[in-house]
Amino acid sequence: MSLVLIVLLPFLGSLVAAFLPSNARNAEAWLAGIVAVTCTGLVLNLYPEVTSGEVVRHVIPWLPQFGLNFHLRMDGYAWLFALLVSFMGALVVLYARYYMSAADPVPRFFSFLLAFMGAMVGMVLSGNLIQLVVFWELTSLTSFMLIAYWYHLSEARHGARTALTVTAMGGLCLLGGVLMLGEVAGGYELDRVLAAGDQIRAHPWYPAILILVLLGALTKSAQFPFHFWLPHAMAAPTPVSAYLHSATMVKAGVFLLARLWPVLSGTDLWFWILCLAGLSSLLLGGFAAIFQRDMKGVLAYSTISHLGLITLLLGMNTRLALVAAVFHMMNHATFKASLFMAAGIVDHGTGTRDLQRLSGLSRAMPITATLALVAAAAMAGVPLLNGFLSKEMFFAETMFAGEGPAIRIGLPAMATIAGMFSVAYSLRLIHQVFFGPLAEDLPRVPHEPTRGMLLPSALLVLACLLVGIFPGYTVGPFLRTATQAILGEQTPTYSLAVWHGLTLPLVMSFVALLGGFIIYLLLYLHRRRSHGHAPLLNRFDGGRTFDVVIIRLIRAAGLARRTIASRRLQSQLLMIVGIAFVAAALVAWSGDVHWGAAQLSPVDPIFALLWVVGGACAIGAAVQAKYHRLAALIMVGGTGLITCLTFAWFSAPDLALTQITVEVVTVVLILLGLRWLPRRIEMNDARRQTLRAKARRVRDGIIAVAVGGGMATLVFAVLSRPRMVDLSRFFVEHSLPQAGGGNVVNVILVDFRAFDTFGEITVVGIVALTVYALLRRFRPAIESVGLPRAQREDGARGTQYVPDPTELLPQGYMMVPAVLVRMLLPMAGLISVFFLLRGHNLPGGGFIGGLVLATAVIVQYMVGGAIWVEARTRIQPLYWIASGLLAAGTAGTIAWFAGRTFLTSLTLDLDLPLIGAIHLSSTLWFDIGVYMLVVGATVLMLVALAHQSLRSYRRPGAVAQSTDIRMDSRVASETQEAH
Amino acid sequence: MEIIFALAIGVLSGSGVWLLLRPRTFQVIMGLSLLAYAINLFIFAMGRLAIDRAPILDPGDVPDPTLYADPVPQALVLTAIVISFATTALLLVVILASRGLTGTDHVDGREGEA
Repeated sequence: MSLVLIVLLPFLGSLVAAFLPSNARNAEAWLAGIVAVTCTGLVLNLYPEVTSGEVVRHVIPWLPQFGLNFHLRMDGYAWLFALLVSFMGALVVLYARYYMSAADPVPRFFSFLLAFMGAMVGMVLSGNLIQLVVFWELTSLTSFMLIAYWYHLSEARHGARTALTVTAMGGLCLLGGVLMLGEVAGGYELDRVLAAGDQIRAHPWYPAILILVLLGALTKSAQFPFHFWLPHAMAAPTPVSAYLHSATMVKAGVFLLARLWPVLSGTDLWFWILCLAGLSSLLLGGFAAIFQRDMKGVLAYSTISHLGLITLLLGMNTRLALVAAVFHMMNHATFKASLFMAAGIVDHGTGTRDLQRLSGLSRAMPITATLALVAAAAMAGVPLLNGFLSKEMFFAETMFAGEGPAIRIGLPAMATIAGMFSVAYSLRLIHQVFFGPLAEDLPRVPHEPTRGMLLPSALLVLACLLVGIFPGYTVGPFLRTATQAILGEQTPTYSLAVWHGLTLPLVMSFVALLGGFIIYLLLYLHRRRSHGHAPLLNRFDGGRTFDVVIIRLIRAAGLARRTIASRRLQSQLLMIVGIAFVAAALVAWSGDVHWGAAQLSPVDPIFALLWVVGGACAIGAAVQAKYHRLAALIMVGGTGLITCLTFAWFSAPDLALTQITVEVVTVVLILLGLRWLPRRIEMNDARRQTLRAKARRVRDGIIAVAVGGGMATLVFAVLSRPRMVDLSRFFVEHSLPQAGGGNVVNVILVDFRAFDTFGEITVVGIVALTVYALLRRFRPAIESVGLPRAQREDGARGTQYVPDPTELLPQGYMMVPAVLVRMLLPMAGLISVFFLLRGHNLPGGGFIGGLVLATAVIVQYMVGGAIWVEARTRIQPLYWIASGLLAAGTAGTIAWFAGRTFLTSLTLDLDLPLIGAIHLSSTLWFDIGVYMLVVGATVLMLVALAHQSLRSYRRPGAVAQSTDIRMDSRVASETQEAH
Repeated sequence: MEIIFALAIGVLSGSGVWLLLRPRTFQVIMGLSLLAYAINLFIFAMGRLAIDRAPILDPGDVPDPTLYADPVPQALVLTAIVISFATTALLLVVILASRGLTGTDHVDGREGEA
């Protein structure tokens, strides 16, 4: 349980921190501090269990059938890292409280800092590799947010982008590697993968897995050639640099390498990649660090160098080197974080981090100077400090790393040179900032900071000293627990002591110290002024390559967008149709397309005639749709009727009923819309005659014929094959016994696949509401505002019909039809209920019944006019939609009370006196929901559209004669506002 | 019958696609209606053509699926018809609103070439 808390608390804290007021610096710091300290306490509390070799776990099943569980797992190694993350988090929070200025929006800072802490702890404690990658990416994202904290600075944005691009791409590679790893090991649980080491190394995928995992680790740990993001990341606030970019996040890469060390190491490939990457980073980072002008720049390059050292150790394939690597991860975290804090203090106190300008600060800030001096000495590897111990172990290991003189002599020599660099840049950092005459022209007068800001740094420096002097008593047990967790029985014996006698590593250490001193002296004497770039290395700036690649990518994307994409709908549709056609044609061409062998049914001439009419209607509609909309609409309706007859012909009575009712409402709907479209007269359309327009029509005609031909071919290819009954067998066989319904189509809709139908009617309801909402703000085009021509002419002749709601029947042309449709309404209502009720066993159902009733209602509107109809009865479509959804929903949820899953049908058989046996089913209730929703949605859409004409109706009759269109539109908009 | 059915779908989808590529909104909405017929018939055809074999069972019948038309495509098409009505309505309102806002019934909201 405490494992879950350790991961969860930071995230909860992050959430709370985000909502605190933006000037609540103290509250934020208290919150973050309490979270970090609590986590530290929880981690420490688990030490007794962990040190006995036990693995603490907490598994929350997520998708156990796929081997995916939320698995937290803490062994000694994870414990050490969890402690590092939470303890360092506490120190950084304290430091940040004083570092952040009152003007900075602190909620964002602490919120992301805590989120990072949670992600990092989650990563460290992950017992499942996929989960590990998720947390891994989360650390990249939070790091992005923290680097870009001062997003008004362009270097912050640039640094954040670079860091995210590099580390997230590495994370993707890692995901690929992990997926393959899990595939080979037979599961993603860390324990299973760790146990499958031999199997994985022998597998043909091993090189691919290794390279992908290493890409992930090396990008995260800023190793050559991906190191360039780390110096750019220094645009982050200094607490972030101390925490993420020296102590914890950049360690994630080497953490993972050590975690998977038993699985992946031991091969030549591992040795060469890691040694080359590590050695390059070690030397180049150290060399570049000597020439930086920015204090944080020195520290960033030195971090690259020290991480290179760890990578190199991990690559050496010896167990002692692994111990040294883990040891150095901890040591580096302590001295580097404290140096970053010192750099922040200097920045804070003087207003600059420029090594050229800073000088002699030890007079003004002696405590800071002392702390920085000790930490820098640890970084340089001076005896009696922790850096010395792990560096000496490193020197010792380089001598036994491999065979052959090149490695046996070359590697120790390079290591010594790297040691010299390390001494040189440490010396330069301390000497230039703290010694010499006190700088005069600094932006602020240097002063010692508050104790709160010094305390974290001081604690870290104390740790450097204690570990350096009494390694066996301080860090010894922890290190042993951690390495035992990785290596198990094979943990080598080693001695953590300051004095091992006059050994070769000790000699190397002293050579490095002396060499570093000489390098710095030479530099100091020859070139007092440094331009901030390392000589020789400028050409190999990965950052510049990265920028160039990014700019080229953006340009290529722009080019692709300009050439491929279009803002014109016609081009887009052309592309969709074209690609669909080409894709289908490719399949047909590459596959074996032939007619099937099924017996074809004889042609019925009546059916053929039907489709002669249907096809003629379709083509006629296609030709007429531009200039004769009404004719086109009627012809489309004709095609719809033929479609409906086709359904009826081929044993689909439900479809035929649905199609015919939908056809009616669709035509009415579009008729209502026609009024708002502009007049278009064929004669005066000159553009139609241009060559381009003609060419385009020819091209579209060819496409249309091709698509039609393709579809016909496809359909015939299917129809000439025998039918498969596998899918329908279940529904036909179980319809009566299980659902108690004879109409299989309806049973599928309201029972077997009721959940789909539920979603479907929800969509219909949403569409109806959207239509309603869009029409509330409808603004017609100016020339469409006036009355239509027919009504205007009526008005001119004085025969215009002005509706009078008080009359018994609507007067005018429509009086006789009005009588008829009034009589029709109860009949139609009855028929709709009839269709609804019988739907389970015979053609019908909620959709059809609902559409019948909706049609009857619409007919009232059409004949009587909206004003007259609504003066009498009013159907409230919104209530119908809501009740329909509610009914369908309750029909589904009622199954829960019977202990069944959602939408399982329940039946109730009653034997009532007088009435007799009654069979009640929750599917009927569901179908009633469908019915009501369809009525509501259809009526809502049609009435909302019909009411648009009503808005102009309400104006005084004089408008018909008015020729002032501008006046008209103003009145129209006023009536709309009033509406 | 099969060949007529196939040709019918071909004509409907050809006319529909031609209208879809036209510049005026009304043409597009008509084209979509025609395409909707074609696609509904197409899905329906996946269950093959059967005459007088509506998938409606009586309690005494043998539930042998080969004796009935395929109910699955029918169920799919039934909801598809209703949904295509809803999308037609939505599209119609959108083009009316676009016409009111832009003053043109061109699909791009501004007069292009033809």
